[in-house]
This record gives sequence, structure tokens and C-alpha cells, in this order.
Amino acid sequence: MKALHDPLGDTLGALAAQFTLLSLLAFGGANAVVPEMHREAVDVHHWMSDADFTALFAIAQAAPGPNFMVSTLVGWKAAGLAGALVATAAMCAPSCFLTYWVAKAWDRFREAPWRRALAAGLAPVTVGLVAATFWLLVRAADRDVPLALVTAATVAVAYFTRLNPLWCFAAAAALGLLGVL
Amino acid sequence: MKTPSIGTLFLAFLAVGLSGFGGVLPFARRALVERRGWLTETDFNETLALCQSLPGPNIVNMSVVVGSRFAGARGALACVAGLVVAPVALVLVLAGLWGRFGAVGHVPGAMRGLAAAAAGLAAATTLKMARPILARAPLSSGPIVAAAFVGVGLLRLPLAWVALTLAPLSVFIAWARGR
Repeated sequence: MKALHDPLGDTLGALAAQFTLLSLLAFGGANAVVPEMHREAVDVHHWMSDADFTALFAIAQAAPGPNFMVSTLVGWKAAGLAGALVATAAMCAPSCFLTYWVAKAWDRFREAPWRRALAAGLAPVTVGLVAATFWLLVRAADRDVPLALVTAATVAVAYFTRLNPLWCFAAAAALGLLGVL
Repeated sequence: MKTPSIGTLFLAFLAVGLSGFGGVLPFARRALVERRGWLTETDFNETLALCQSLPGPNIVNMSVVVGSRFAGARGALACVAGLVVAPVALVLVLAGLWGRFGAVGHVPGAMRGLAAAAAGLAAATTLKMARPILARAPLSSGPIVAAAFVGVGLLRLPLAWVALTLAPLSVFIAWARGR
């Protein structure tokens, strides 16, 4: 039986199935399905410890790139480079196909009154949800006064100036390396 | 405005993907609206609303919509590839480095600083998105924005409940206002 058993293949299959499902469940974006990702990776499949998951999430947040990359790192931890590629593809491809077909219809009806009402009506919901996600981010990141000041300074620079916000990231990382944060 | 080529689309989203710490949205907004002028501020908000009303990573959906609008399926593929390839490679390198050096010296402090700055940038983006919507229809939009924020952000209700309650209500209000 040993020859028939393929642990890597099993893990890759589980990753593909899980992230395909999450891709199609991620209404409101990838951050909405992070708790479900955590449950599967830590509790169900035992791919990693709770602490590992938290660290990988922080890296995905701190690295440049889209928020969904926590799924790339979950795949990496579970099954190495192949796992990372499978998880990334499964997280992106299903929703991309769906969006591609829906967007075509969306553009065709650009002048239709119901389409304008749909877009104008969804926009304030979106702003509220983005505000909620960002509130959670602020609460997770600002554990003391110096960190809260870094956040406040970044808000001011990004909102009131046209300076590239990357300068704030560089400054914050430098302060951290100097032992201030 | 000139229609961007496949290569321009790929490079634009490559730059967006690589510059976006703590989520790409602020940088996508900056590149697509403020720098390149491919979308107006209203277009951006409405496209984002479409992308957020569909499942999947919002910014990836957005790259599909922008790419397909300018260059069909090939454009969509170019934008998604540009957005995803470099950050995924980089984050894997960082995860490997973290595995080896994550606890050394002041590296944890630098990680905390990055997270705090990312949170601030995210807050600023929320403000920028809210401004045109609240300016256009404060009395109808304001309560919807507040309800979505309170429901998901403060009460931690399941996203699906909040969205499926507020979205039809808000669309109905917008439709009634437009008549």
C-alpha cells in the first residue's frame, strides 16, 4: 500500500479544494475568509501551529502585495513551493473567471439605470466594510503609544500629502530596527 | 486617453503589486486614478464595489476588470500576472528569511513598525474613498457606511449577514433617488 500512498499529493489536493472553496466564498475580499483559513490549516489539517499561522499572516501583511498572500504562505507551510503555487492559483483562478464574465455584462449595461443604482448603492456598503477591515488592522497593529503614533503619522502623510507612502514604511521599519518600536 | 498596451497593463500592475504594503488597494487607487488617469474617482469606487460584491481577492478581481476593459481576456491575464507574480515570489523569500532570522535582534520591532504604518495607510485610503460618496449623498450614504462599519467592525457580525441586508437596502435607496 505504501507505493499507492502519496502524502504530498494528498496535501496538494486538500489545498486545492480548500482554496477553491475559499476563493468563491471570499465576499468582501480575502481578509473575510482568514478565520476559516486558520480553522482548516491549524485545527482540521494540522499543517501548522497557531503561532505559525499568526506569524505567516503578519508577514503577508507586511510584505508588498495583495492581502490574499496569506494563502500563499499557508500553502508553503503545508507543502513547500508546490503547495504555495497550488494555494495561490486556487485562491485566485475561480473568482477571476467569475469576475471576467460578470464584468463583461456590467460594462455592456453601463448606461442602464438599474446598473447605476446597483453601483451607487453598493459603494457606501463597500466603504463601510473597508473601514471595518481597516479598523481591525489598526487595533491589531497599534499595541502601544509609539506604534499608534506611527499609524497616525502615516494617516496624515497619506491623506494630506502626495508623498509616496512607502517612505512611511521605510521610516517605521528603521525605527523598529533602532529599537524604538 | 490612449488605450494602454498589454505590456503597459502588465507593468502598471507589476508596480502596483510590488509597492502595496499591507494591501494593494491604496496603491492601485493612486496608480489607476491619480497617476495614470485610467479610471475616475467615481469609476474606481464603482469598480471596487463590483469587485467587492463578487467573491475573491478584491484587488485581483479589479485587475481582471481593468485588464479586460482595455484588452479583453489577454489584458485581464496580463494584469493578474503583473499583480501576482512578483509579490508571491517575494513573500516566499521573506517567509524563508523569517524562518531563519525572525527572532534576531530588532527584527520583531521592525515588523511591528511596518504593521502600524500599513494600518495608517489603510485608514487614509478609507477616508479618501468615503469623501466623494459622502459629499454626493450624505443623508442616504452616511447611515449605510456607518451600519456596515458597526456591523462588521464593532459587532463582528458575519460579513454575509451584513452585506446581504445592507446591499439591497442601499441599492433600493439609490434607485429611488435616481428616479
